[in-house]
Amino acid sequence: MELLIKNGYVVDPANGIDCEKLDIAVRGGKIVEEVSSSAKILDASNMLVMPGGVDIHSHIAGSKTNLARVLRPEDHFRDFERRTALTRSGVGHSVPSTYTTGYRYARMGYTTVIEPATPPLKARHTHDELNDTPIIDKACFPLFGNNWHVMEYLKNGDLELCAAYLSWMLRATKGYAIKIVNPGGVEAWHWGGNVVGLDSEVPHFGITPREIVRGLCKVNKMLKLPHAIHVHPNNLGKPGNYLTTIKTMECVKDLAEGASIHITHCQFTSFKGEDWSTLRSGAQEIARYVNRNDHVTIDMGQIIFTATTTMTGDGPFEYILHQISGRKWVNKDVEAETGAGVVPVVYKRRSFVNATQWAIGLELALLIEDPWKVYLTTDHPNGGPFTAYPRVVSWLMSKRARERTMSRMNQSAARKTILQSLEREYSFEEIAIVTRAGTAKALGLKAKGHLGVGADADISIYRINPKEIDPSRDYRAVRKALRRAAYTVKDGQIVVKDGEIKEVVQGRTFWIDSRVPKDLEEKIHRELSKSFREYYTVGMENYFIGEGELARSSPIYVGEAKV
Amino acid sequence: MNVENVIKGVVCPFCGCCCDDLEVTVRNNEIAKVENACALGRAKFERWNEGRIVRPSIRSDGKILETSFAKAVERSARILYDARYPLLWGWSCTSCEAQKIGVELAEEVGGVIDSTTSTCHGPSIIAVHDVGESSTTLGEVRHRADLVIYWGCNPLHAHPRHMSRYSVLSEGRFRKRRGERKMIVVDVRRTATAKIADEFIKIEPNSDYEALTALRMCLKGEELEQESIAGVPSKKFEELIDEMVGCQFGVIFFGLGLTMSAGKSRNVDAALSLVRDLNSKTKFVIVPMRGHFNVTGANEVFAWQTGYPFAVDLSQGYPRYNPGETSGVDIATRHDCDAALVVGSDPISNFPLEAARNLSSIPIICIDPHETATTSVSDTVIPSAIVGIEAEGTVYRMDGVPLLLRKLIDPPEGVSKDTEILEAILNEVRRIRGGR
Repeated sequence: MELLIKNGYVVDPANGIDCEKLDIAVRGGKIVEEVSSSAKILDASNMLVMPGGVDIHSHIAGSKTNLARVLRPEDHFRDFERRTALTRSGVGHSVPSTYTTGYRYARMGYTTVIEPATPPLKARHTHDELNDTPIIDKACFPLFGNNWHVMEYLKNGDLELCAAYLSWMLRATKGYAIKIVNPGGVEAWHWGGNVVGLDSEVPHFGITPREIVRGLCKVNKMLKLPHAIHVHPNNLGKPGNYLTTIKTMECVKDLAEGASIHITHCQFTSFKGEDWSTLRSGAQEIARYVNRNDHVTIDMGQIIFTATTTMTGDGPFEYILHQISGRKWVNKDVEAETGAGVVPVVYKRRSFVNATQWAIGLELALLIEDPWKVYLTTDHPNGGPFTAYPRVVSWLMSKRARERTMSRMNQSAARKTILQSLEREYSFEEIAIVTRAGTAKALGLKAKGHLGVGADADISIYRINPKEIDPSRDYRAVRKALRRAAYTVKDGQIVVKDGEIKEVVQGRTFWIDSRVPKDLEEKIHRELSKSFREYYTVGMENYFIGEGELARSSPIYVGEAKV
Repeated sequence: MNVENVIKGVVCPFCGCCCDDLEVTVRNNEIAKVENACALGRAKFERWNEGRIVRPSIRSDGKILETSFAKAVERSARILYDARYPLLWGWSCTSCEAQKIGVELAEEVGGVIDSTTSTCHGPSIIAVHDVGESSTTLGEVRHRADLVIYWGCNPLHAHPRHMSRYSVLSEGRFRKRRGERKMIVVDVRRTATAKIADEFIKIEPNSDYEALTALRMCLKGEELEQESIAGVPSKKFEELIDEMVGCQFGVIFFGLGLTMSAGKSRNVDAALSLVRDLNSKTKFVIVPMRGHFNVTGANEVFAWQTGYPFAVDLSQGYPRYNPGETSGVDIATRHDCDAALVVGSDPISNFPLEAARNLSSIPIICIDPHETATTSVSDTVIPSAIVGIEAEGTVYRMDGVPLLLRKLIDPPEGVSKDTEILEAILNEVRRIRGGR
């Protein structure tokens, strides 16, 4: 099918296009130079046209997401969607069911979403859910920061075998990148403990978080993976942790050729102060580091004042959160690999801590000068549900919107934040970078995040005229337009019109088909055949996920590693 | 021709242990030998062909008549389409792929979908809604646990390889020998499992809540004023809590002795709360002993597709959940459902009498490989391939680890997979409705 999107104001930062009136031609699911006269015409006059949204970090599927759904029936009762002739029913404010997740992202003009924390042993579960998440393309990041094999190979200085292992694991789990959550700390948590920083030793393994992060960063380079290591640092959620975050970034500085590390949901690891009562923002220090160094990207992890659900592979953090809040708590450790925790939270505007957190996320986004280095997330649903993205956009684009929220939040926190002094307001181009172009680039998804010839025809069109509107004043109009796309085009098909689902398609699942030299591959296979049943309660043959288990598999081939 | 094929790493489709190290020898499309399985698993493989149904049947004027697959599907779809409030029951002995179609079908016909969870660990899930759970995959227990408590369950009989693969008799990274672990059984009678435990604590029937509450009081440093609680000297609870606090990694495995005795979800609530609180002193986890091999999968599939783990009412066009109102036994007891689809389950044998009697008075469509009490009273019976022997599919182990069941041999001629049968019924319902 051919499609011609006419007369829209196109914002396509990767191709240097900023609010130009252009036509976009689509054929066979791709952007092309031109189409025939029989192409379907989509009139986008006075509308904003951008590449489909690319979310770099959103917990939408898998074991802990489902634990959260089971934990929280009260989250679902007030937020449900009826079935229609086209769509399945579903529920969930902060932890929506899979179909609802796909529809809601598509309605906002998002077309690619990354599930960022998959326990490898349960990767099949993640894929089962991703298969049932319609419309959007997706990928998942398996967790490696507390993996026994990884810690042992790194401890023995055997980078080659570690690389071969990771290569096999990415194929076995159909994963996309190396995710590290509280390196070493989750293994310690399996005994009820934690690590206190980059240089504390992981019990029984004789290795430090610093060595894990550096080792995996090196392996990441050896395997030439498209995305940097994706890191949730130690000490998340603790006052004073901004220093750990800076040290974590610094520890891979010498390994950089381009980006060497992505620090995720950075708000949660940018806390200054001794304890909760002296909590202050460490955003200036973090931003200074990011501004001066080119080997780091981050995403915000913005919080929203709402009831939501926290979930992370960082088991000890969730336990602390449970102790602080007294809310119900799920913990789920995963043998030889990782863990997970889930605790419901309510972010209250009147809370000093929550209001400070709210300010930190925005300070990060406004203080980091280059939008290609900072991306919009709420760490869904940890900071708030992804459906709140339009609100985050309005805070980024409008000082007035920020002031309005600040006027209603904890005044002690409002006085302490430097937000008041930040005049910066994002342009539509910058919004397109932090929600699409930048994330696609960081992920190495070459056909995403832009509208150049050859790109996937994933396009979002919003009923808003970027030439006329003043987002600083009319931030509510921006919010409204972004909540319900006028059109979402996925692989060249119109899937959403006026915020309603018009067509349901099956999105791809990207994964890394990585290969190391044959002798190394055989060696790791021999080693794993021996150790696998010792480490796991399942066999190697039953651990491996076949390509046929993915509803729409989209492997990305990564050649033999240089070792 | 005598073709023999040994298949290794087969996942067992019997209990929630989902042991994945079976070796099955297949000869001439028959199961010839099964190794590594327990007696229960082996029996399922070796006697797979006993009591099979191989032809669809429908009931007409009180008589059971063999029919074609197409006619049986047509009749099933018509019954479900005409029903005002159908119950779609079972789901624990089939694959997640079949469960998924089940949810879609329930949505299409505006019915309730519920699994046998309702009659086993439903109360455990209700308690999780209130408390949460500190849990783990089973390998963590194997590697680390030095204190293992089996409460209200008898794994030696119900999950025979649980101890050797996952707990006291297994070899882990940090625990090499049986002597490095202590095993305690709490139950109302001296079961086979209790006999091999280091310690057996016999409590009075229906007093689990009291026993757990006594432990919680001890943990909080309160003094027990009674001489004995739940038929056990109070001193015993003080000793037990010291033991729990003093271990490095403790685990409670619990079974229907806790979930289905007086107190039900409150018992589990107390157990989950105890384990949660123990984490302020040491590492402690709790794991339910799930029965059927894919009852956990049914909870997972229902939860990711509808938000709710069992007892999902789709009659309003969106998922509703209120166990007690929307759970299968309760619906049948109230005589609310006017038709039922039963997949791989035997509610006529297992439901309370009143519920079973009501069920038997409405049209039932039964999809099952074997003859059961339920097939004998069903309006329509469609034979199915045995998942894990004659059909492949995804299952979730009791701890949520997903595994793939394999197809080892072909089903009897003319017998379809659950997924094919359900898909055919769903398509027929849509055809009747006039197309979607």
